[in-house]
Parts: sequence; structure tokens; C-alpha cells
Amino acid sequence: MRYAETGFQLEIDLSRGNIERVETDPRLTELHLGGLGTNARLLWDRVPPEIDPLSPDNVLIFSAGLLCGTQATGANRTIVSAISPQTRLMAFSMMGGFFAPELKYAGYDKIVLRGRTPELAYLFIHDGRVEIRDARHLAGKGALETAECLKRELKDPNVQVAAIGLAGEHRVYFASIEHARSSASRAGLGAVMGSKNLKAIAVRGTRDVAVARPAEFMELCREVLRYIQWRRDNPVKGVPAILAGIGSPQEMAIHDEEWHTTNFAWGNARHRRKDFWTQENEERWRRSQEQAVERLISCYNCPMKCGAIVRYPALGVSKYMMKCYSKLTYVMGAMLDDLDFGFRIAGRAQEYGVDAYTTPQVMAFAMELLEAGILTPADVAGMPEDREEKFFWLLDRIVRREGIGEVLADGVYWAARRIGRGAEAFDHNTIKKHEQIPIKLGMLNPIYFIMYATGEKINITQIEGQMPQMPFETRQEREEFVRDWIQVPHERFKDYFLNWEPRGERAFPHYPPPEATCEIVEWQEMMHYLDDSLGLCAGLSSFPIKPPYHIHNLPPLVSAATGIDFDEDSLWKAANRNRTLVRAVNNRLGLRRKDEKPPEDHWKKRFPELEARLLETYYRYKGWNAEGVPTRDTLARLDLDDVAEDLLRRGILREEAPAAAEA
Amino acid sequence: MNADRPKKKKIVKTIQIDLDKCNGCRACEMACSTFHARPRYASNNPARSRVRVLFDPLRDLYVPVYAGDYAPAECCGRDRYTIEGKTYDECGFCRASCPSRDLFKEPDSGLPLKCDMCQEDPELKEPMCVQWCITDALTYVEREEEVEEENAAQPEELETGLEALADKFGLEKIAEAVARLAAARKG
Ligand code: SF4
Ligand code: SF4
Ligand code: SF4
Repeated sequence: MRYAETGFQLEIDLSRGNIERVETDPRLTELHLGGLGTNARLLWDRVPPEIDPLSPDNVLIFSAGLLCGTQATGANRTIVSAISPQTRLMAFSMMGGFFAPELKYAGYDKIVLRGRTPELAYLFIHDGRVEIRDARHLAGKGALETAECLKRELKDPNVQVAAIGLAGEHRVYFASIEHARSSASRAGLGAVMGSKNLKAIAVRGTRDVAVARPAEFMELCREVLRYIQWRRDNPVKGVPAILAGIGSPQEMAIHDEEWHTTNFAWGNARHRRKDFWTQENEERWRRSQEQAVERLISCYNCPMKCGAIVRYPALGVSKYMMKCYSKLTYVMGAMLDDLDFGFRIAGRAQEYGVDAYTTPQVMAFAMELLEAGILTPADVAGMPEDREEKFFWLLDRIVRREGIGEVLADGVYWAARRIGRGAEAFDHNTIKKHEQIPIKLGMLNPIYFIMYATGEKINITQIEGQMPQMPFETRQEREEFVRDWIQVPHERFKDYFLNWEPRGERAFPHYPPPEATCEIVEWQEMMHYLDDSLGLCAGLSSFPIKPPYHIHNLPPLVSAATGIDFDEDSLWKAANRNRTLVRAVNNRLGLRRKDEKPPEDHWKKRFPELEARLLETYYRYKGWNAEGVPTRDTLARLDLDDVAEDLLRRGILREEAPAAAEA
Repeated sequence: MNADRPKKKKIVKTIQIDLDKCNGCRACEMACSTFHARPRYASNNPARSRVRVLFDPLRDLYVPVYAGDYAPAECCGRDRYTIEGKTYDECGFCRASCPSRDLFKEPDSGLPLKCDMCQEDPELKEPMCVQWCITDALTYVEREEEVEEENAAQPEELETGLEALADKFGLEKIAEAVARLAAARKG
């Protein structure tokens, strides 16, 4: 008997139409938990580095996390993984909503897809029944529209659908996979789905998900719920409103956007508008939001309501579901002052199925190239005059790969190189070929430096958390903050925070010192790797300050759910194993130290020597060599001997590889 | 009225549902299904829940519906509700476990499910679904009411189940099956 997980995965060869229900090895659960961890294992085992990510050889995995579908609050993440067409590294993106639990109720932990169907198709899963069905009638339909059609067609309002829109069908490098109020957005997983000719997956399940020690597990879940309730009513003091709560940032409930609009960069990640949040703008934005947001909604089994139903008949917007940050990204990318524009364009973009971080930046990049004369009016013949309409126009071209959209659909990095003529200089906000969140700051932050440089998720918002981003002004405030900080892995983390000053010697960039910085980074990382393997929402765990799930309550929870005994050390080790395996997958795909660079202009004040030391200290801390590849010893310690052997055979590791910078 | 009939005090247990507060999370389904799992809390499966959230955000539908009595045949007439200009499905708010849909039926046996208000000894302070709805879309109230003594008790779960089986297979078949099982048990 398997607990928490179903112990089965669907393995589907779309080229041959072959569908198998395969029992998985329980030992893999002990080693990798599930979700992201076992996805990484599958990609390591089955996808050689030479393949073209948009060919039938790429493997696309939809995985429920280990705890999804159990009674644990917020255990609802679907972890989608494949090799990314954009970064050419492993892509993994998490989506909330209802898909993963439903997949578990249907009796599967994962859907593993390879090949390509001859014609556009969708996958229908209803418990034991699994079919590849014709989807030609859905070609060109929006992602939400597709879900609606399938619910009608299957005569079942309870099927959960994940679908691509036009962007995925046209293999746009930043196409998303959309599901209800959520999406797997980053790094072009929608394009991989499109390359497989798979329009959608519809799943429905009516089976049990069992846990090993019911009474104990339920009591732990109750404690978590109680803490959520308490934390909801007690926001953290001393941080901006948008960071004080739990859940995803409460963009739909809170209209105060001073922090985002004045701290983040506008346009192609270049302009700060420190005076934007005037009373007048605040008032206008409040009105827009009140008109647009009809109701706040949650993901499966979670009270936090981070998403919203958006309705704006006055603007001709039909109803859609929105989550956190996309209301701002288009407005800020377009350098417009009007939040209504955000609500309008985000709705269309969601039907097209594109990533709401990358897309506005790609369009802002195109606008800069036009202003600089690198793109000429002939390149954008037919573009309207009105600034808002320009962005709609660009979006329409990108998702169809029409005209200039053909090039832009590859994202900033690849488009800059295809356009040439100096366009590369405008690609100033990517890391590892992927658009980063538009932030440009003053003083180097050592914690963020390491996370930006080395994060395997390649995108900062899904790496950070736990630690406040800025030191608190007074010692007294800091003492107050650490008083109920139960989430720290060790008491010394409280000291790091207590001693951290806004100015002087114990301030950025030399504080926290490199070793402590590594510990803080590892804590943040490990929480994310745990969430992504267990299927927990980062908004209840790795992302906010003082979250309900942490390293002290997760081991008993996972143990009671699975019947496999984990303590803090072994759970941490499993997370570290997963982190290291993802790194190895990426090393095999070519990732090395030279790629681990935050954008040049991310901070005004840079410290090349310190940065080198930080990177080397982190590599050493993780047991990686000077190139950022885990050493043979490290891999052996994490039971990844076969991975070491492969890396040795390929010459990526050498037998006598020295540890980083030990000379 | 029947003043001379004996009256009895009865506690009426009510779950109040505030549709405006429902966020569609289905925690109530989870709580119900796991509470009724055997052993208790051993599993979760919304298909076994006695409350189901009819959730269709694009059509303004967020309605936790509680499983009511079993209906052997589907209705001849249907009701169609219009609320604030929106028209809802004919079966939208119906509590019955009925042959026309797969709502409120045990997924394995097809037997009807019915909300039993978490009847339990000792009594729960609040029904499970209410406990897990911390957005207060569900709240629990008890009030005292006087009722006439002879008010028939609602059929117990076993009876409801038997009735459904009888409708499906006919009483005779069931009697035969019971006899067969009993014989098999005796060895
Ligand atoms: S915290 Fe928000 S995003 Fe996370 S599961 Fe709950 S509702 Fe979804
Ligand atoms: S738990 Fe409450 S908020 Fe969630 S679906 Fe049920 S009634 Fe609605
Ligand atoms: S009151 Fe109890 S039995 Fe009825 S729906 Fe709620 S949890 Fe289920």
C-alpha cells in the first residue's frame, strides 16, 4: 500500500498513441519525495542533452506533488517540467488551482508525455479510462475557452483542464499552460506542449488518496490551519503591506501598489518612477481595481483567496481569472499610467497563454528598439498610433508568430541576436536567456546576488522568501520581529537578522558575511525545493515571511502522510538531493560558472572581487567544483553515484576535480 | 391545531451558508470526506463528500450544496432559478441523490450519500465542514424548537442505502444476495 502518493504514473507516447499505467519505485519517494524531485530524475534518465526541446524527444511531465490531494491545506501544486526551448535548461514551473489533486483522485501521481500526435489532440483521463482525442475543433481557441468547451463536450463541470492558447500552438518561447486561475508560465512549457500537438489535458478522478497515520496527520494539518488563521489576522510589522501577509502577494485584495510601482523598473526594465504613487494615481487605481475585481477565489483546499474573478464590462473585457502580479506587469512594461489597461490586456494575454512576466518585457524591448532606430517602421508596418493599441498589436503578432512577432516570439535574448545591429545591448535584463523581474537597485545585496546567479529556477520570485528583504531600522524592531520567529532552521539565523543594520559596517554589501549568506540562501532554496516536491503552495511555505509550513513541522507531516520516516536532517537532505540533481541535469545541458551572472545593471554599486568570493563560497558550501558542477563526493553523499558516473564519462566532471577556489 | 398532541423540545442544527463568502476552495468537501473515511481520516476523496461545492466562477456559481434525501427517480418537473439576472442550471441547487446525475453517490457502490451532520459520540463542537471553512462561508447554529412527538425519524443511512439498492436491483435480488452472503459467512 502506498500512502499520500498513488504509486502510479501514466506514460504516454503521443506519436504511437501508446498509453501505459506504470507502477513507480517506492524507493524513489524516499530519495526524491515526488513532484519536482522525481521529475528531475525522469528527465535525467530519459532525456539526453543533445535533443531539440521542441522535438518529439523532449519529455513533458505533469506531476502532482507528494502531498497533493491529501488533507494538507494548500497542497495543490502541479509541477510541470521539460527541457526549455528558451533557456535550453530544465524548466519547471508550478501551477495552483485544482489540477494536481484531481490527477491524484484519478489514480496517478504524474503524466509523462513524449512524442507528438499527428494532429492536434487532447488527453482525457477519467479514473481508469485514458484517451487521446481529436482536438482539431479547438485549434486557435483561447486557453480558458478550451477549458469551457471541454467541460461542455465531456458533460462534466468537474473535469479540471490544463490547456494552451495560440501562443503554445505557435511554440512561442514564453507560452504558458493555463489552468483555471493558475498557470505554469515560465520558460516556455506551453511551447513544448504545443510541439507535441497537445492542446489540453482534461482530468477527473473519484478515487481515494490515503494517508499512513490518519489521526496524527489530521492533527498536524489542524495545527497548520490554526496558524494560517492566526497569521492571517496578524500581519508582520515593519514590512510593506504587500509582504506582510501569507499566500501569494495579495495583489487582488490590496490596491496599495506603492512598493511595486516605485521600487520596480518600468518599460524595458530601465526606468524608475519614484514619484508615481501620487494621491491621484492611488485614487484612480483603487477605483479601477474595485470595478474589475468581482470576487476573490482560492486554489483547492486553501482559504487564502489569492486570485480573483475579473470582470469589466465597461471595457469590453469578458470574465477571466487573475492571479497576483499580472495586473501590473503589462502596465509597467508599457509605461502607462492606467490600471484599466492592465486588466484589459491581461485577459487577452491569458487566453493566448503567455507568461505575464516575460511578455510585457519582450514588447517593451521591441518599443525601445523602435525608438533607437534598430527596428524600422517597415518592420512594424501597420502598427497603430495609440500606445495602448501598440501593445495589443504586438501581442497579437507574437502569439501568431506573424511579421515582427516571428522574431519576438523567441524572447529578448534570442530576438536580440536574430535582429543584431546592436540589439544585444537592449538585452540587459536576462539571466540564462530568461527575462528577469524588472528590478534595478543601488547597493549589491549578497543574498540576492547568489540567488540570482545560481538559482536553478532562473527566476528570483520563486527562490526568495523567509528572510525580510531589508534590515529593520532599529535593534528594538528586530528583537520584536525574532520573538515569534519559529520558522528559522537554527537560532543563529536570528542573530544574522539581529545584527543586520541598514547602514555602517554590518550592512550590504559586506553583511551578511559570505558563509552566513550561503546558509541563508540554502534555507530559502531548500524550502522551495521542498514545496515543489511536496506540491505545497509557496505562498504558505517558502515565499512569505513567517509561513505556516516550515522545516520543523514538515518532517512529521510528511512522515505521517507517507509512512516513511523523515526527520529534519533527512528531509533537508532529500531537498538538497533534488536541488543537486536539477543542477546536474543543467550541467549536462551546458550550464557552467560563466552563465551565473546577474544582469550588469541590476545594482549600481558592484563589487567584482566580493562577488567572485560569494560565488566561490557558495559553490564550496554546496560541494560543487569551481565550474559550479557538483563533485563526485557530493553526488555520492546524496546517493547520486550514477549521475557522477555519467558526468565523468562525458568529461563534465574530472576525476581529480578540485573543490572551488581551495587553492 | 392539534393542541392536545404532546410537544417535545428539539435542537435544530443548522449550517448557515453565506454564498458571498465562499471562495470555492472545497476545503469543506475534504473535511467531510476524510471525517467519514474508515478508519477516520484515513483518506480524502471529494467524490465521497456529503457537501459538494458547485463552482463555476465564470458563471457566478459558488454554492456548497448539502446531500439531502435519496430520490429513486429523477424529477418530472424541474426548477430554474434566476438570481440577479443570472439563470442557474435546472438541477443547480438540488440536494437529492438522484439517478440523473452522479452527485452524492459513493463512487464504488453508487449508494446514495447523505449529510448526517457529523453525528458522533461525543458530539463534535461543530460539523467538520464548518470547522475547515475558516472564511466563514459556513457557520453553525443550534436553536431550540418545539415539535410534535410523532414526527417520524428520518430514515437511517442503512435504510437509505437499501432503498437505493432495491430500486436498482429489485428487492428479491437483494434478499437473495443477503441470504447468499450470510450462508457464505457461516462457512
Ligand atoms: S495561498 Fe493562494 S496561491 Fe497558495 S494555494 Fe492558497 S489560494 Fe492558492
Ligand atoms: S470551505 Fe467554505 S469557502 Fe471553501 S468551498 Fe467550502 S464553503 Fe466555500
Ligand atoms: S455536516 Fe458533516 S456530514 Fe454534513 S456535509 Fe458537513 S461534514 Fe459532511
